[in-house]
Amino acid sequence: MAKTIEQKVKPGRAKYEVPESELVVALAGNPNTGKSTVFNALTGLRQHTGNWPGKTVTRAEGSFSFQGEKYHLIDLPGTYSLLARTTDEEIARDFLVEGEPDVVVVVVDATSLERNLNLVLQVLRLTRRVVVCLNLMDEAERNGIEVDAKALEEELGVPVVPTVAVRRKGLERLVAAIAKVAHQPGLDEASRREEVREFFAADPAEKDRIVRATFAEAERIAARCVRTSGSARRLDRILDRILTSKAVGFPVMLLLLAAIFWLTIAGANVPSSLLADGLFWVEEKLLIGMNAIGAPAWLTGFLIEGVYRGLAWVVSVMLPPMAIFFPAFTLLEDLGYLPRVAFSLDRVFRKVGANGKMALTMAMGFGCNAAGVISTRIIDSPRERLIAIITNNFMPCNGRWPTLILLATVFIAAAFPPSVGALVGAGTLVGVVLLGFFVTLLVSFGLTKTALKGAASAFVLELPPYRKPQLLRILYTSLLDRTLFVLWRAVVIAAPAGGLAWILANVSVGDATLLQAIVQFLDPLGRLIGLDGVILLAYIVAIPANEVVVPTMLMAYMNYNKLIEIESTQQLQQLLVVDHGWTVLTAVCLMLFSLLHNPCSTTLWTIFKETGSKKWTLVSALLPLGIAFLVCFLVAQTARLLGWGG
Amino acid sequence: MKTLADLKPGEEATVVELTSTGLTRERLQDLGIVPGTRVRASLISPLGDPVAYEVRGALIALRRPDAATILIENGHENGKND
Repeated sequence: MAKTIEQKVKPGRAKYEVPESELVVALAGNPNTGKSTVFNALTGLRQHTGNWPGKTVTRAEGSFSFQGEKYHLIDLPGTYSLLARTTDEEIARDFLVEGEPDVVVVVVDATSLERNLNLVLQVLRLTRRVVVCLNLMDEAERNGIEVDAKALEEELGVPVVPTVAVRRKGLERLVAAIAKVAHQPGLDEASRREEVREFFAADPAEKDRIVRATFAEAERIAARCVRTSGSARRLDRILDRILTSKAVGFPVMLLLLAAIFWLTIAGANVPSSLLADGLFWVEEKLLIGMNAIGAPAWLTGFLIEGVYRGLAWVVSVMLPPMAIFFPAFTLLEDLGYLPRVAFSLDRVFRKVGANGKMALTMAMGFGCNAAGVISTRIIDSPRERLIAIITNNFMPCNGRWPTLILLATVFIAAAFPPSVGALVGAGTLVGVVLLGFFVTLLVSFGLTKTALKGAASAFVLELPPYRKPQLLRILYTSLLDRTLFVLWRAVVIAAPAGGLAWILANVSVGDATLLQAIVQFLDPLGRLIGLDGVILLAYIVAIPANEVVVPTMLMAYMNYNKLIEIESTQQLQQLLVVDHGWTVLTAVCLMLFSLLHNPCSTTLWTIFKETGSKKWTLVSALLPLGIAFLVCFLVAQTARLLGWGG
Repeated sequence: MKTLADLKPGEEATVVELTSTGLTRERLQDLGIVPGTRVRASLISPLGDPVAYEVRGALIALRRPDAATILIENGHENGKND
């Protein structure tokens, strides 16, 4: 696998583009120790956090001020040690050795000190400019684990600050300790990078000796500083036994997924129509206003019926479901449930030559496939990582959920009485995810047997302790980071797309409008796979971002022959079914196409950056597109042969 | 000689030797699985594999073929707590 951008960065602080006048603080630590939470609390930034190892895969940077001085904080990827030869370890190691930070803060999980001390002791061999942040003290207390910070400080010879970063406890003391170490004279020892080189030059027996000695030391220190009462982690074990049991493990997994979808569909209905009412009331007022100032008809048409209506649609259709879906999913992430999913499913992934950690990267893909692709760095084997990258697309992302949720609601759920409609809709979405999962396995298997031959590599996964979710923080971060982020992306593209659709619908060539001409051209191909010309046009417009598929489609339909007001799902159904001949087959094929088709250009760019390969980027684009066309074609033709759908 | 893969849930043992090489070995060492480490089989996946082991206060899942590269002794003594 090719080197990533981070790896190409050459030695020396200047190369890291850190201002000379600022003090540089590096944040290191095992995965899942709350490092990102500490980073966010110190800098006020909102780095995505969650309870599974490997969330921070790129280097995040921010700054804070203390006593008139500016500190530049760099959040390194979580690593168990500095000695392994994988991307994350290399990034962390290179920065600690070559970036010459003024202070290294090692964030340590108080509930598992012994294991965490390994990294602390390794860092201490490179530099004495260290502050140990003893985080998750509340978790330790709840699990009957007591850590003596004073004794630990004596043992390590550097400041140890107990913290509860999620509640900002102990952070003032942490900042003070950082400042003290930054200004402590006599710590400018000659660079210890030789230590690292020596380690890599050592023969295997010598390496083993070093590793054993470090853990023996960690064991000795932990024995002195940690007191565990008998009940430690008992609740976790009970919960684990239930959630990963043969009898209920998989049913619980599906039920949780269904529950999230049900909440999304059942909860989004009312706010969606309220929002639509409100926004179209505003549209009327805007129209009156435009008329009052005597704006020309084409300008009113372009701005109100094009741009504004596009925005109104995106907001009312996409905002409520996302505002429910993302917080609910973040809750699962925060609890620590996702690694249990990876643990339960690993055998299935192994059978197709892939890695159980793909369950984690797939879950990340639910949010955004580009993020999912980056998160595959937690998979050590390049072969398995490439499989995870190529197949990540089969997990519907942010941009595709609105399409899927809308179709499940308007076409599938609406065909049932309202009492069971939301349940049916939720079931449909679970079916879509299962289908995506199945295609993922199939494609993984195909790749393992052909272009990416090879056996499954080692699988080492930590199952972190369950954590009490921080409800308010979940709401705050998932609304701000994910919901508004996606909405903003949609709006930024929907506004011009709305305007474009209006122009296409109102500029004529010969006796047809441009829109009619393009749609007519694409229509035969669309019909062949159960869709139509408008839908294909929407997918072409949506190459930069899947979020705009629905808005573009609706815009095109509304502008096609007449402009109509749409205020509710019933009217939406009317527009699609009565005016444009949609059938359940159209809806099914569109859902399949949405699930399977090529990733957006942002994701493809990310794939190119991560693999460094044009060939694999092309495969990642064309393989899903081919599968989407093939599956939709087969479904449409079979359905027609059997006399279902148009 | 017995390996970690022979350990049944609830049983505890001491690591004697790692027979793996390369990245697998490094990963195991990173997590503190070195000769002398007490390990306890704790949780078995609903599909029978992998198995999660308690190691130094953390819960680590390993696949059977990987666990089989770790040699252990006194596999059946239920000694120390977790």
